Amino acid sequence: MKFKNSKFLIGGFLILAAVVYLIFSSTQASAEYFLTIDELVQKQDTLVGKNIRVSGAVLGESITYDTSTLRLEFKVAHVSGDNSVIESSGGLAEVLHQATIDPTRNHLTVVYEGVKPDLLRNEAQAIMTGKLGEDGIFYADELLLKCPTKYEEAVPEQAEG
Amino acid sequence: MIPDFGYGLILISFGLAIYSIIASVLGYYKRSFKLVDSARLAMQLMFPLITIASVLLMYLLATDAYYVSFVYEVTSRSMPMYLKITALWGGQAGSLLFWAWTLTAFSAAVTLREWDRDRDLLPWVVVVNSVTAAFFIGLVVFFENPFAKFWQTIDGSVISAMFQPAGAVPFTAPDGQGLNPLLRHPGMIIHPPMLYLGFVSYVIPFSFALAALITGRTDDRWTRITRRWAIVAWLFLSIGLVLGGRWAYDVLGWGGYWGWDPVEIAALMPWLVGTAFLHSVMIQEQRGMFKEWNMILIILTYILVIFGTFLTRSGVLSSVHAFAQSAIGPAFFIFIGITIVISVSLLIYRWSDLKAESELTSLLSRESLFLLNNLLFISILIVCFWGVLFPLISELVTGQKVTVGPPFYERATGPLFAGLLFLMGIAPLSAWGKTTLKTLGRSSWKSAAISTVVVLGFVIFLKMYNPYAIIGFAVVIFSALITLHEFWRAASARSRVQKENLFVALWRIFGKNRRRYGGYLIHLSVIMMAIGIIGLEMFQTETQGTLRQGESITIRDYKVTYTDLAIFDTNDNRNLARAVVSIEKNGKYVGELYPRRDYFYESQQPMTIPGVRSTIEDDLYVLLVDWQPITTEGATFKIYHNPLVNWLWWGTYLLIIGSLVAMWPQKEKSSVREQRKVSKSTILDQSEA
Repeated sequence: MKFKNSKFLIGGFLILAAVVYLIFSSTQASAEYFLTIDELVQKQDTLVGKNIRVSGAVLGESITYDTSTLRLEFKVAHVSGDNSVIESSGGLAEVLHQATIDPTRNHLTVVYEGVKPDLLRNEAQAIMTGKLGEDGIFYADELLLKCPTKYEEAVPEQAEG
Repeated sequence: MIPDFGYGLILISFGLAIYSIIASVLGYYKRSFKLVDSARLAMQLMFPLITIASVLLMYLLATDAYYVSFVYEVTSRSMPMYLKITALWGGQAGSLLFWAWTLTAFSAAVTLREWDRDRDLLPWVVVVNSVTAAFFIGLVVFFENPFAKFWQTIDGSVISAMFQPAGAVPFTAPDGQGLNPLLRHPGMIIHPPMLYLGFVSYVIPFSFALAALITGRTDDRWTRITRRWAIVAWLFLSIGLVLGGRWAYDVLGWGGYWGWDPVEIAALMPWLVGTAFLHSVMIQEQRGMFKEWNMILIILTYILVIFGTFLTRSGVLSSVHAFAQSAIGPAFFIFIGITIVISVSLLIYRWSDLKAESELTSLLSRESLFLLNNLLFISILIVCFWGVLFPLISELVTGQKVTVGPPFYERATGPLFAGLLFLMGIAPLSAWGKTTLKTLGRSSWKSAAISTVVVLGFVIFLKMYNPYAIIGFAVVIFSALITLHEFWRAASARSRVQKENLFVALWRIFGKNRRRYGGYLIHLSVIMMAIGIIGLEMFQTETQGTLRQGESITIRDYKVTYTDLAIFDTNDNRNLARAVVSIEKNGKYVGELYPRRDYFYESQQPMTIPGVRSTIEDDLYVLLVDWQPITTEGATFKIYHNPLVNWLWWGTYLLIIGSLVAMWPQKEKSSVREQRKVSKSTILDQSEA
């Protein structure tokens, strides 16, 4: 009886150990530091070469796209990463808008190679994953965009008068 | 007028839900079946009412009623009719109503059955269903009302409210905002409702599980009644997940077919637990084991379903799916919290009743392998949980937010999925109770040998050196061979004994044990899907280039030649840039593709639609990236070669067939029917007493 139980216990332990190993080794191999642009600029030296995920407001005028090499380059401006700050400053759309017109904000140049995303435009929120180069340019492997301006406004603009 | 009527119907339904909860609980304690039955009828009545309310909302959506704020938010005049109607689940308020609608449909359907044998379960099934319905209808009534109208107040500002504020006048917007262009796709008709149907169907097994815990009828009755519901739920959820992948694959900007996006994971988590549940209930029915485990699984599934609805609908996560943001988060958290507290207390209270009737003895017995299957599914769930929670944990511990991306999930779940595929192969070969390594080896060594030879062939002749692909294909072929052999074995044995043609025999064995052979069909479908996933993940190649008219680019065996480009407006307010490329395969012309870019004037948003040539062997996937607007001479393309990806989609059809076979009602044995008559009379006696 005892023997029966122990073999199941050993089996269970082996599975547990395997899962724990898989989780930890995979976490280490693919951890991404989630940073705001301010943090990225401050700690620039320590972050070169690490996997980083950063988000910012797209500056529409800075977008350039070389269609022969599919090299996309644009600038993003700092926005707060704190949800409650975003809520209290009038929502994401407003925060993004402020970020793009405020010249004192930290800016980050982003380079991405690939198809230009449909949602990339002024005041969009770009969430980028990639590495920071020694030249201070962010080389993104992945680019995710959100445009809150249009689709989250529940009330139409007021009528004249 | 219509919005007020619709809101009234929802309000009445909310009242009915509350009534049915109270009447049912009272009826249970007062032993008044009349009261319980009135609770049941009240719950069923919610269905027609919510149906009318939903149809009214669809009517408002279809007729451009822009005095209703929800209609304004999700539709616009230029949208095609099918999108206007399906915009019902395009926004938060509407999708909550849709949730409630499907739930009331299922609750009504499940309580239409004969209750003679299970009369004691009924009150609590009604309570759980009505509480869930009350929660969702309550959200619609108090937080997210899809029937709220626009009003213009004295100072000129426009607000959204159900009832006329003092001094305000009705306001109608000239046109709506329209659905996000990314959602304007035929996938919108079917992907969200399938997921929701899957989510909602799990409420039924959960309600029976809870009823069993409360009443102490902890035998396998609840799993037998809800078995088919569990398969239905699982089928809908599976279809919903695959459709989401298909939609993502068809529309650029979503990144492949699966991106380990938090919302995708939120839908995957109940599927994982639900799949484990489908397997482990069989152990309970066959061996009287794993009772407490099944309870835990179904409770977990229900919680994950509510959690998944919350994640997709609340905008708490930054994700491509977070289209809506709202204040219903706290309500969801409270509801989930209460569910956990009640379920766990009941589970502890009944723990001793859930004792297993037999013990695990052999490591390789079928029940042990089923247990292992469950552990692997739960391990994948834990990996997903870790991935979602890791940013929060790391922020708490180190003060630095660290996230994990798709590579984490791929690396951590890959071996676990491979393990599951392998188990899928050998588990059907093991016997209940006791199996030795020797018997397992004897029945599987041929399949193992053949799959090794085939994979070696791949390595030598196709130069497939990717180690993950080698392991993947070996496991997949091994399991496929065993499963096919199981069909052959059963059919040939039957054809010998019954003197039937082999195909007739194959057909008949499905009739004999639908659940088993339906299940094996599902296993084969999963193998097909795995082949597609391995092909796409391991062997995808891509190229890109700017071409002048007449120039071409090659990828693998294909030559893509840019022949033409047209730019024109459509009558639904889009500007299309549509390229024509001709495709040659190994020097032979095989057709044309039309990758294009739609530009939505209204929302100033472009949308890229690929041109795809799809065969069983591979997909050629061509994207129009850019073009010279005036001369239309040069255009830039990005081209993907996706091997085997069609197996993923076609596997889904087999999955549907297999599920239908497994859930098709089997003829009840006459002895069972006799038993039922007897117990009917005894229960009637009891209820009179």
